[in-house]
Amino acid sequence: MAEQRRPTRGTYGVLAIPVAVLTVLFVVPFGMMVATSFYHRIEGGFYEPAFELNSWQRLFSDVFLERAAFSIGISLVAGAICIGIAFPFTYFLTRMRRRPHVALLILVLSALSLSEVIVGFTWSVLLGRAAGISNILVWIGLMDEAAAYQPSFVAVLLGLSYIAFPYCVLTLYPSLTRLDREITEAAQTLGASPWRTFRTVVVPMSRPIILAGFLLVFVFTLGSYLIAAILGKPEHWTLSVYISDQASFNANVPFAAAMAIFLTALSLAVVGIVTLIETRTRRES
Amino acid sequence: MRTLKWTVTTLTVAFLLAPLLVVAIVSINENRYMDFPPEGFSVSWYTALWTDAGWRNSIVRSVTIAGASAGVAVLVATPLAYVLRAYRIRLAPLLYALGILPFMLPPVISALGMQVFWNATGHVGRIENVILAHGVFFSTLPLVAISLAMETMDPSLREAAHTLGANPRTTFRTITFPLLVPSMITGYAAAFVLSLNEYIISFLVAGFSVETLPIKIFNSLRYGFTPTIAAVTVAFIVVAATVFTFAAMFGNLLRFLGADVDQLERNA
Repeated sequence: MAEQRRPTRGTYGVLAIPVAVLTVLFVVPFGMMVATSFYHRIEGGFYEPAFELNSWQRLFSDVFLERAAFSIGISLVAGAICIGIAFPFTYFLTRMRRRPHVALLILVLSALSLSEVIVGFTWSVLLGRAAGISNILVWIGLMDEAAAYQPSFVAVLLGLSYIAFPYCVLTLYPSLTRLDREITEAAQTLGASPWRTFRTVVVPMSRPIILAGFLLVFVFTLGSYLIAAILGKPEHWTLSVYISDQASFNANVPFAAAMAIFLTALSLAVVGIVTLIETRTRRES
Repeated sequence: MRTLKWTVTTLTVAFLLAPLLVVAIVSINENRYMDFPPEGFSVSWYTALWTDAGWRNSIVRSVTIAGASAGVAVLVATPLAYVLRAYRIRLAPLLYALGILPFMLPPVISALGMQVFWNATGHVGRIENVILAHGVFFSTLPLVAISLAMETMDPSLREAAHTLGANPRTTFRTITFPLLVPSMITGYAAAFVLSLNEYIISFLVAGFSVETLPIKIFNSLRYGFTPTIAAVTVAFIVVAATVFTFAAMFGNLLRFLGADVDQLERNA
């Protein structure tokens, strides 16, 4: 990259345009949302400027804390499942020949570009009574009668893992392509089996990116809306579903805003930890 | 290890493909209701996507939003990425973070912010609101792609232009900009595909008046499954796979995804 030039007045003029757009359409709306969380809710779906802490007090109610804990819990489990499968998968992927390598990447990217509503729909078909797995089992004679496996906790977990898996692969992918083959070959020359090399060399070397990937997937699943809405019962709803439900159908925008700020703080904290891990790893290498 | 490799790869591919296959089978089922094994073969659910005005309108609406908002995203991202990398700007990390933040946070946060914002302006339920909301939310994708291109650009090219007497403006027009175009296209494509699929922002910003394709799918799910939904799903998957296959053939897909291509060649 060329040496950076000194900015002129024209430079600031060019820079001002995107910064103004982002300020007006992101920073200002966010500020308004913070203000709204203190507004007074009027029955019937509206709200008026005021300063009250009702919405914030509701954040400390048992119902909300239970929701938040469930949401965080299921996202952690989905994140762990994803990283557990995505890490070996991505490792093998980066050691394949060009053709299968690109083909698998296209499959992952195609899964990534599926709308959540479509993922929710496909799993609800697959786990449903009408045309799902159980029908295949009945058809080949393993089961007597078709059964529905959704809505359920496991269905939500499967759906979340499905939408998060491609993201997981893509966060691990850049650093796993940089893993020098000579290192693993050295371990094998010294007599380690490929499995032992993987377990004692590759995994420990990649610990920071595994953790970073896990946390990013956690934030991602925390933001998922449709999976829980389609594949779960209300008790399986995530915070995002709860927030949009309050913002649209229950028409309690101030409470939705307070929950959204809670979610922002949680996500920012996790992103902050990831950035810390990454800077520390870069300094060490 | 070899067994592990094949088990993991096969199971993952099966996991990624399974729901897609079931839906593909359902989409060509002749019957109005979904069942398995399918009875008869029919492409009528595909033609219904275009002949049914409701489905056609929401497809057109979603493509319009995706096309326009990806344009907004590239227009916001290009000057930001260029100036932050080419010039010494104080607060550069902060301004870059401003471009990354909307996309890093769960989308429901942008969605609710936008809802409150447009409510306050009184300009509600309009398609341009969704376009602007998507444009800002997805500007992160071209921003990352273009910044990466700025970083990996060979500095001697711009220095040579400068030595040959080109002023900064000419250098930008004849050297830097043409080199950025591929990343702008990649960023546009990524923003386009994700906008096409986005639900929660569209829903909270203008969901009751602007029915995009994902909203239409979700609304029809409530009235029971029809094979039309399966058909639209298959159409979506085909479009996405085609876009990425083209990107792999004509663009540098692996590098865009962050691969160290030279190391890969050595490892293969």
